[in-house]
Amino acid sequence: MPDWTSREMMAIAAGRLVEDGALIFAGTGLSMLAAVVAKRIHAPHATIFFETGGIAPALKELPLAVGDPRVMSGACLNCGLIEAFSFLAHRRLDTLALLGAAQIDRHGNLNSTAIGDYRRPTHRLPGSGGACDAASLAAGVIIFVQHEKRRFVPRLDYLTSPGWLAGGDSRARAGYVRGGPRAVVSDLGVLRFDATSREMYLAEVYPGITAEQVTANTGFSLDDSRARASDPPTERELDILRREVDPQRLILG
Amino acid sequence: MSTGDVQGKLMSAAEAVARFVQRGSQVALGGFTVNRNPMLLAREIVRQGIGDLHLVVHSHGQALDLLVGAGMVGRLEIAYAGTGRFAPTCPCFRRAAESGSLEIEDYSNFQMSLRFLAGSLGLPFIPCRSGLGTDLVRREGFSAETRRSPKVASRKMIEAEDPFGRAGGKVLLLPALNPDVALIHAQTVGDDGTVRIKGLTFADVEQARSAGAVVVSCEEIVPARRLRRDPNQNVLPPFLVDAVVLAPHGAHPTACHRFYDYDPRHLRRYGEAARSVEDFRDYLREWVYGPADHEAYLALVGPDDLAAIAADPRLGYAPGLDRR
Repeated sequence: MPDWTSREMMAIAAGRLVEDGALIFAGTGLSMLAAVVAKRIHAPHATIFFETGGIAPALKELPLAVGDPRVMSGACLNCGLIEAFSFLAHRRLDTLALLGAAQIDRHGNLNSTAIGDYRRPTHRLPGSGGACDAASLAAGVIIFVQHEKRRFVPRLDYLTSPGWLAGGDSRARAGYVRGGPRAVVSDLGVLRFDATSREMYLAEVYPGITAEQVTANTGFSLDDSRARASDPPTERELDILRREVDPQRLILG
Repeated sequence: MSTGDVQGKLMSAAEAVARFVQRGSQVALGGFTVNRNPMLLAREIVRQGIGDLHLVVHSHGQALDLLVGAGMVGRLEIAYAGTGRFAPTCPCFRRAAESGSLEIEDYSNFQMSLRFLAGSLGLPFIPCRSGLGTDLVRREGFSAETRRSPKVASRKMIEAEDPFGRAGGKVLLLPALNPDVALIHAQTVGDDGTVRIKGLTFADVEQARSAGAVVVSCEEIVPARRLRRDPNQNVLPPFLVDAVVLAPHGAHPTACHRFYDYDPRHLRRYGEAARSVEDFRDYLREWVYGPADHEAYLALVGPDDLAAIAADPRLGYAPGLDRR
């Protein structure tokens, strides 16, 4: 048994995907954790900002939500939603959004609104928040989803946030000028999107996980021919994550 | 500290709510999920039983869920209902949505913020590129009958060609919002009615500027000359403010930057109670109908919990607060 949890692996796997110097738009939950992990471990020159208007806060303590007063402390700028989204969408900024979702399809479109019929859902979710905006406007997106068949679905119950839409060039044809998902980080591995078809494929499986486990937990056919094994978390990664980033295990659980 | 009467606008929460919130009003709630929710004003609406409200919010949490759970809300335009790990989806909101007892129209945060901005500028609509090709455009929550109501836009949003752009350039047209009233909790109001918000303003300023009336509850009222020493810190002029309610801890259990953090114990207690109709009724009895006034509510919270969430004035939150 590995001596790390799947949430720890997800946060670290996502942190490794962030380029140093990136401008990170972080959401609530795992995406918050991964943003702080990236900044503390993998991308020290990254800048984290929040849709609520907190721009580059000190983040001495882990915020629990994007409305947490910890996103306002030691910031270079405290503003509001419209200003934050203007940075997110800015044409000369390479913004990277980190988003979670309840359902994802093969083209990286996301549902965070409702399971079942929209007007009478079996499970109502919180809604878009800024997720649709981030997926629409950021230069790139990294997505977090638990790897289960009911979450990796052939057809979303509700399309909240645009990925590559119907694949191919459909995103550009819909009117988007940039963006689209770069990777999906699940609790089994990392998935990416084919450069032409924009279909999801398995890029990495975590140590101890097999490609068969991933495809068996995916509700659509998944190309695993390009999959390689992820490097296990290093002691340094785990140590910083546990001792500095989330010592109360607020998001790690 | 000077209180004066803020040019005749200083009043109790009960008076402010009675004067500016009516049955059926369209109400914008300031704040964001666990931050600066106008909680005292929301509790007062519940106490006065002002129902059939049409709430318009971006991401909201505690005040929204309290109003929905108490049956005060008939209609909701919203981007997000949750309080993070305390309630990933607001429990009363979720129950109402799943039972079909609440009409909900979903937008995104940017869309809702832009709709308030459009309203504040006197524009009928505003374009954006956020949400093209999604179910936010395709799926409508409001019924055709609701769409005919005077306070509701005739369409949810419209996809259109960019009239200035090259062929194929698409935008979404979003209807403006002009709520009847905006309820805002701020840190500081001057005795002339000038409003200062510390930390993030969210879309409070756009909400206030788009609304027919603005009610501000606040942690403190100070001489206007203090706020005039640094006008860049101020967000609303006195002439936009209709009522001022002095309400220390008026956002509890949500946070108020530089004054107090969110109250994890209370939010957890709420999250558990709100999961069942019976327990939520008990919560209302204990925390909303029970206390005779705001002082009694704060006494019920207790000095220990209030001390635990007291913010470090420099950091703006309570460092080391047990948030589990």
